[in-house]
Amino acid sequence: MNGILAIFRREMKSYFVSPIAYIVIGFFLLITGYFFANILSILIERSIMAQMQAQRMGAPPDMDVPGLVIRNFVGVIATVLLFLIPMLTMGVYSEERKRGTMEMLMTSPVSELQIVLGKFFASLSLFGLMLSPTLIYHLVISFFSEPALPWRIIGSGYLGVFLLGLTLIAIGSFISSLTESQIIAGVVTFVLFLLLWVLDFGVRGASSTTGEIFKYLSILQHYESFAQGIIDTSSIVFYLSATVLGLFLTLRTIESMRWRRA
Amino acid sequence: MIEVDHLTKSYGQARAVDDISFTVEKGEILGFLGPNGAGKTTTMRILTGYLPATAGTARIAGFDVFEQSMEVRRRIGYLPETPPIYPEMSIRDYLGFVARIKGVASADIPGRVDQALQLTNLFERQHELIKRLSRGFKQRVGIAQAIVHNPDVVILDEPTVGLDPNQIKDVRKLIKGLAREHTIILSTHILPEVEITCDRVVIINKGRIAAIDTPQNLINQRQSGNQVRIAVRDGAEATADRLQQTLRSIEGVNHIDIGAVEGADLLTATIEVGGGRDLRGEIAARIVNERFELLELGTINVSLEDIFQRLTTEERSEVKADKEND
Repeated sequence: MNGILAIFRREMKSYFVSPIAYIVIGFFLLITGYFFANILSILIERSIMAQMQAQRMGAPPDMDVPGLVIRNFVGVIATVLLFLIPMLTMGVYSEERKRGTMEMLMTSPVSELQIVLGKFFASLSLFGLMLSPTLIYHLVISFFSEPALPWRIIGSGYLGVFLLGLTLIAIGSFISSLTESQIIAGVVTFVLFLLLWVLDFGVRGASSTTGEIFKYLSILQHYESFAQGIIDTSSIVFYLSATVLGLFLTLRTIESMRWRRA
Repeated sequence: MIEVDHLTKSYGQARAVDDISFTVEKGEILGFLGPNGAGKTTTMRILTGYLPATAGTARIAGFDVFEQSMEVRRRIGYLPETPPIYPEMSIRDYLGFVARIKGVASADIPGRVDQALQLTNLFERQHELIKRLSRGFKQRVGIAQAIVHNPDVVILDEPTVGLDPNQIKDVRKLIKGLAREHTIILSTHILPEVEITCDRVVIINKGRIAAIDTPQNLINQRQSGNQVRIAVRDGAEATADRLQQTLRSIEGVNHIDIGAVEGADLLTATIEVGGGRDLRGEIAARIVNERFELLELGTINVSLEDIFQRLTTEERSEVKADKEND
């Protein structure tokens, strides 16, 4: 436990003494803030139009504005994460390997699992720090929202985003453990995430069996049900097992360093 | 404190470490001497628990490095070839982190860090970022992290490589000072280093131990096959053949090497004397008797360098012979 904590604390410190944490968090908040305002104004405009139409033609169509806001906003966050998570994870192991500090960690009385978990929780915490300020957006809106904001849907939407981030961090860390170059790690992670994104577009609306399989495997498909307020156990299982797989592979890669010719 | 027993490490067909055994007593400084690629780093990595051995065992403070790795890791400090530092941290933060992962109790950490800083003369600069330090200071930080948890055994891989002469002197003094409380293994390919710092030397070549003894014993052993060097004026009657004959007639002479110094009218001879006898007087008398003009006579001091060169090249020719026999 002490080992995990020591690794975690060092990792957090190194995030915040380099500009990377500030750049990533700042950029994330800028983009999400911009989109939140944009989504909101578009939807408000649309609902006003709908009301005007209704005055002329009677019976306005039902429109769930808060629901639409959260659904679109979660989609934006997910997309931005694909670009930013590689920046958080690219150096996690590759830098240690390049500096030779990995050898020190591995000759210290901490297990590989402790190293992996310490680093994973650090990346996860940074992700949490990055995500949590966006809750303020909803808080501000809640004062003006009529009807009241559906907090449960917001909660499940954020749960989806959190699970997505968990998985992406596990994958990114694994890729970082494979190389000594953080540039290579960053680029490969980014390309892989991009492929996932493309794959996701490809399988949207597909109905064949293969399409269904890819749909299940597409990391981006699963958070969407959360954004509609549905907490789907199979999606939770999917994200958690993908995360555990990523961590397991990382662990194995680190262990294998002992058996390789340096 | 350290017992290494028939340790072998293979990578596929290649044997990086081939059946080596040695022991190190508490408080001793053992030097690992060998050319680059001889298996020094591999041996050290096995001792630190970083690499598993293919065969054989190694025990540190009674614990097997593989079976009881965690116990061993608590008791060793290790400085790899490049100091394992986080450039963005301050020296103090860094040492605190290392102490923590080495399992030092939280309450003891500040004290341990202070002590390591003092021993390595880093106390005044403890709040500086490591990336701003010179090569020599980074090396000191590397040594500080190896001793911060007060380990029984300190393993230093090429601790003076890349330092300037003054820094080398500092580091050597530091290592000597540590030996009182710690058992130390250090590797080097610089010969004077072991002569100065080490109590015992393991000369390792091609993964095998070529010799193991104190530096002085190694030198003495070679010197017991005493070598005498003489120089005479090269003249009409003083030919190389006659010199050879004269010297051969002396009892106790094992081997003679005759050479000539071009342009200086000099004949030189290197005479190997067996049995630790001092034949300088006899040689001088005989040479003068035969009417050579004796210009120089002296014993040759064998340095560790010669021994090292001999051991590592002998080994090489043996290997060659082995191959030819196949």
